Amino acid sequence: MMKLPRYVLYDILRSKIIIAYTLFLFIVSLSMFQMEEDSSKAMLSLMNIILIVLPLVSLIFTTIHYYNSYEFIELMLSQPLSRKRILLSEFAGVALSLLSSFMIGVGIPVLLYSASETGFALLFTGASLTLVFTSIAFLASVISRDKAKGIGFALLLWFYFTLIYDGLVLLILFSFSDYPLEKFTLLLSALNPVDLGRIFIMLKMDVSALMGYTGALYKDFFGSGAGLLYTIGIMTLWIIIPLWIAVRKFNKKDL
Amino acid sequence: MIRIENINKRFKKLKALDNISASFEKGQVISLIGPNGSGKTTLIKSILGMVKPDSGKIYFNNEHINGGFSYRKDIGYMPQIGRYPDNMKVGQLFSMLKNIRNEPDENLDNELIREFNLCTIFEKPMRTLSGGTRQKVSAAIAFLFNPSVLILDEPTAGLDPLSSEILKEKIIREKGKGKLILITSHILSDLDELTTHVMYIQEGKIQFLKNIETLREDTGEIKLGKAIARIMKGEDPTGNFISEFLK
Repeated sequence: MMKLPRYVLYDILRSKIIIAYTLFLFIVSLSMFQMEEDSSKAMLSLMNIILIVLPLVSLIFTTIHYYNSYEFIELMLSQPLSRKRILLSEFAGVALSLLSSFMIGVGIPVLLYSASETGFALLFTGASLTLVFTSIAFLASVISRDKAKGIGFALLLWFYFTLIYDGLVLLILFSFSDYPLEKFTLLLSALNPVDLGRIFIMLKMDVSALMGYTGALYKDFFGSGAGLLYTIGIMTLWIIIPLWIAVRKFNKKDL
Repeated sequence: MIRIENINKRFKKLKALDNISASFEKGQVISLIGPNGSGKTTLIKSILGMVKPDSGKIYFNNEHINGGFSYRKDIGYMPQIGRYPDNMKVGQLFSMLKNIRNEPDENLDNELIREFNLCTIFEKPMRTLSGGTRQKVSAAIAFLFNPSVLILDEPTAGLDPLSSEILKEKIIREKGKGKLILITSHILSDLDELTTHVMYIQEGKIQFLKNIETLREDTGEIKLGKAIARIMKGEDPTGNFISEFLK
């Protein structure tokens, strides 16, 4: 069963981009911890970088990889292999390589300097976001046949999740500021994995004390076991649903 | 062996396959001919499950393929344009396929690898290969697992005369073993010595599917090329040439 992902992985490792990415993450994380005396401050900066860079790299890398391995997919399709298995193998290969990049590049420095609850929250969020955006990128690339369109679509999704969505949430909060929105914003956080990840990490940090009443409510929720389950559950849905739609689309596609 | 029932396929405005029905049996060598864009490759890809027809059914050994995949182990496919992972070396490509298929070595057919002398380029990455060499690799892969059905899309296009001859001889040998072979080609002289049946497609419709002997008798031409030319020029192609296989 692991035969196909192994070939995908082998192909990815040879391109060396993934090694550069690992090094980049490693140097950034290490320098954050070196520059800041206070490791929790370093964690905050590291979090901001991760929440921007990780989704972007996962999306772009996955889409480019998908289009570059079109020949491989075509070749495999003439063999007695199911389409589902081919696509899931591609996913497994890409996800595994991005995940190990993150675990080496960020995981090692974090464990060295700040192996706290916050540190683990950061690693969990980073790993989930990598998988979520790999899954979303697969959907984007299966949908469009054209490479430029696929990458454009992936970029648009990145803008949406990291910039546009926050703007929309702020707009809603301002327009309805007369109403109690605490529970509602909790729901809104589920609709964007990046936001969910940010809240999840922030609440493990001291800065959450500055967030007022909403912060207290969040802390109450995310600090509990239910909050952890909620985060894991929502992240898992964000991984599975796009991938599942991608497999369905891929099954019906003409190649 | 392969039975196609009323398949239709439309690509946006273009009707690529228009209600095609046909039946191919063991031991036949079927030449699919028709103008460019007449739907030959789409038909082949439908049989392979790469293109999903809008309607109609395809049976392989009396089993409806219906999105399945295991039937493909009995099909060797040589694509028109062989596209392979660029970074992979030729040798790796073969070992990967063998690894995935998991066939014991004694079932493999390495004849073409030997005859095309592909061992000498095993260390070359796929991206450095010329079009003709790529064709040779494609051909060797198609025959590698000793499949009972061979589907060859323009097999001799781009091959030098010597290699083309090697491939033709190989096809004749496989035909002798009672395999079903589907070939598309525009080089009709290549098909002359191979084919047992001719299927002529135009604008997604089968114009006729008939035995080569009958075709020769009907047109009074020995050469396939001339016979086809006569039909294309002449009478309403659907009128006189409705195949005995489509009854």
